[in-house]
Amino acid sequence: MDFKVNGKAVSYGGDAEMPLLWYLRDIAGMTGTKFGCGEGLCGACTVHVDGAAVRSCQTFMEDVEGSNITTIEGLGSGDKLTALQKAWAENDVPQCGYCQSGQLMQAASLLSENPNPSDEEIVDAMEGNICRCGTYERIKKAIRQAAGA
Amino acid sequence: MSKHLENVSRRGFLKTAGVTSGLILAAPMLSNHVMAAARGEEELVSSGYLAIKPDGTAHVFVHRVEMGQGSRTGLPQVVADELEADWGRLHIEAAFGDKARFGDQNTDGSTSIRKFYDAFRQAGAAARMMIEQAAANEWGVSVSDVEAKKHRVINKITGKSEDFSKFVVAASKLEVPKDVQLKKKADRTFIGKPQRNIYMKQILTGGTQFGQDTIRPNMVFAVAARPPVVGGKVTSYDKAAAMAVDGVLDVVELPALEMPALFKPVGGVAVVASNTWAAMKGREALNAQFEDGANASYDSAEYEKQLWKSIDGDSVTHMKRGDVDAALEGASKTYSADYYVPHQHHIPMEPPAATAEWNGDDLKMWVCCQDPTSVQETVAAFVGKKPEEIYVEATLLGGAFGRKSKPDFAVEAALVAKAVGRPVKMVWSREDDVRHGYYHTVAAQRVNVGVKDGKVTAWKHKAAYPSIGATFNPAADQPGAFELGLGLLDMPFDTANMQVDTGKAPAHVRIGWMRSVANIQQAFAVGSMVDEIAQGEGKNTADMWMELIGFDRKINPSVDLVKQPGAPRDPQYSNYGESLERHPVDTARLKAVLDKVVQMSGYGKDMPKGKGIGISVHRSFVSYVACAAEVEVTDGELKVTNAWMAVDCGVAVNPDRVKAQMEGAVLFGMSIAMHGEITAKDGAIVEGNFDGYPVCRMSECPPVETAIIESDAVPGGVGEPGVPPVAPAITNAIFAATGKRIRRLPIKDQLST
Repeated sequence: MDFKVNGKAVSYGGDAEMPLLWYLRDIAGMTGTKFGCGEGLCGACTVHVDGAAVRSCQTFMEDVEGSNITTIEGLGSGDKLTALQKAWAENDVPQCGYCQSGQLMQAASLLSENPNPSDEEIVDAMEGNICRCGTYERIKKAIRQAAGA
Repeated sequence: MSKHLENVSRRGFLKTAGVTSGLILAAPMLSNHVMAAARGEEELVSSGYLAIKPDGTAHVFVHRVEMGQGSRTGLPQVVADELEADWGRLHIEAAFGDKARFGDQNTDGSTSIRKFYDAFRQAGAAARMMIEQAAANEWGVSVSDVEAKKHRVINKITGKSEDFSKFVVAASKLEVPKDVQLKKKADRTFIGKPQRNIYMKQILTGGTQFGQDTIRPNMVFAVAARPPVVGGKVTSYDKAAAMAVDGVLDVVELPALEMPALFKPVGGVAVVASNTWAAMKGREALNAQFEDGANASYDSAEYEKQLWKSIDGDSVTHMKRGDVDAALEGASKTYSADYYVPHQHHIPMEPPAATAEWNGDDLKMWVCCQDPTSVQETVAAFVGKKPEEIYVEATLLGGAFGRKSKPDFAVEAALVAKAVGRPVKMVWSREDDVRHGYYHTVAAQRVNVGVKDGKVTAWKHKAAYPSIGATFNPAADQPGAFELGLGLLDMPFDTANMQVDTGKAPAHVRIGWMRSVANIQQAFAVGSMVDEIAQGEGKNTADMWMELIGFDRKINPSVDLVKQPGAPRDPQYSNYGESLERHPVDTARLKAVLDKVVQMSGYGKDMPKGKGIGISVHRSFVSYVACAAEVEVTDGELKVTNAWMAVDCGVAVNPDRVKAQMEGAVLFGMSIAMHGEITAKDGAIVEGNFDGYPVCRMSECPPVETAIIESDAVPGGVGEPGVPPVAPAITNAIFAATGKRIRRLPIKDQLST
């Protein structure tokens, strides 16, 4: 399979049923995408496939042929953070940080589809991403701030 | 059980099996000589926690782990403040396990700041004084004529200043002062000021290194099939079938668990592969079979009946004031209520993971552990090494909440890596995490209260729940004083007749501590009962609390404790391992936080039908927290619409992080109140993932407003104390909104049935 990860062309010839999550973490060595549940229940492993947020634990290698995958490592460019990432820092959103890659990827996808979401739309979009530390209110604030930016 | 199994001694359990005499909580004092040998001649070393390089870079060794609570930002703030440092010139080192150098590293019990505030201040102040002295020597002036400011020393006579780096080498040759001059509150530069998480950039860009993220050269991945019942053993497995899976490299049997469970691995069979996915497929192919052993009959529904029988049955009395039975007999009105809180699980977002790398006889490990020294001690016993011979680095922790202070998973990694001769990352899946936990206990409590002439005259409280002690000593078959001391033995009431009793409750799963521990169920029962009495007496619940707490005073709970037969000494209230002089039980501080949330929330005002505000207050981990929760119940649907927290934790080193912890505590407490229930059937845990064990999601999250009480008291805990008052505040709010009293958690669909 040939596809792109953060703009870089890669190919993979192993188990076609392997979830993208394990390709990214164990084979590509990109551990920014986190393992939380393996069942699409928590959103920690969220990445973008052709711009759309997906759970990488439920996305199989056979389905990524020809696609452009963006992970948290490729959300900004190098040291340059996106407005969303900056808003995240300014609101001191993270606590332990583990779910935050997935939260950011989900939020980035929301804003690219809907640049000015209502509170209800934010909650709808983010409902699948669990944070056990309880950073939800700050996530909402950061998304609102980035949307207004 | 020994009274010394206090909360703080969770850390001491394994090694001392109930005796905590060897506990080192304070920072060890190292001689200049030892420190210089450890760090190199030219560095300024003022303690094991601080070494300043000749270029002025201040290396801060944060020996506590980071799991979201902020220790690796807060402790450097404390050093930086006293050092008069420039924040940008700190280099924060995530310290490895080294008890001799760092002292206690067990990051639980909300201890990082409260136990090490003094030591980190001392480290910073001593280094600052040495640099000032070196500058004074260089300039030929008195030390009172120089002053450190933001990584520079100012000559107050000439007005000129020089960078710290100019004086580091000379300062490194001076004696480390024993009596340090700490800065005045008005001069503080970092303590008490919000400081951004030092890992922010990595978190935003995917650069964080959690235990699940460790990568070592030539590393392979392992998962394990474990006995579903604690104490069970493997009977058969198909090694060939597992090996036939593409990518599977080996199959390694783990040692069966011999009781007591301690922090030992539970046994089973590990499958090693070139990636986690292949290892998981190999595990399925393995078709491992188990015999269940003595805990196979554990069934949550049946066990609850047993707990209530224990509540009806024989009692052991732990605390006694006056004559509670006579007072109940003579009461004009009595209240009796039964409260039930089922098993809970930590379910941190990052499931446990550990990586082990053997190089000949040398062992290095990277573990998302709460205590690297406990990993050293636990692993050492399995691999025939001394603890100090094993290098253990605590990675970042993707949440922990107590689960990751039990390093069973680290032992697995060390054994499997040894067997396969390559570095191994032992990966726990979510199901592994939920089904092989150290669960928060399952608790039944009965509270009987007597009122005479409008005044509460009797409070009799009985609790039956499996003890954490059982994980370490199978003879522990009912709540221990170290658990009752978390909210029952220290009930802050000025009530003439009180008694705290326990009933039998043997454990059938591994019981562990979870964020705020026994305070969870005990604050729920106490906070609910105060509301019940208030309602029965036609009083406002805030007034009821004030009446029960009584006049402003400092309480010594030890005076009413009952000496158990055969106990060597009179029982002492544990006070979270602190002296009552340093951290008194201060009723004025307790009342102040309650007053604050009443004021913030408008508690007591008229609310529309279906809406209500509930309050509760609790002291734990030597801090005081009150919660007010506002709920709306529509057609049996519960929505927590607002929450207010007031916290008095003494000096709040990093106020924004204190607020974040209170916000997190509301969500953690809401998950317990609304959803949390781990159940066992035929000895095995039924739930497996976030579907079976849900936690609160964004749509459930209310806005949380937090007030930090301005205080000069020494710092108390922050990570845990927010949790206990949340559940009773919510259920009291439900009563205010609907008239329905919730006495068993979780609330789940109780409002619609």
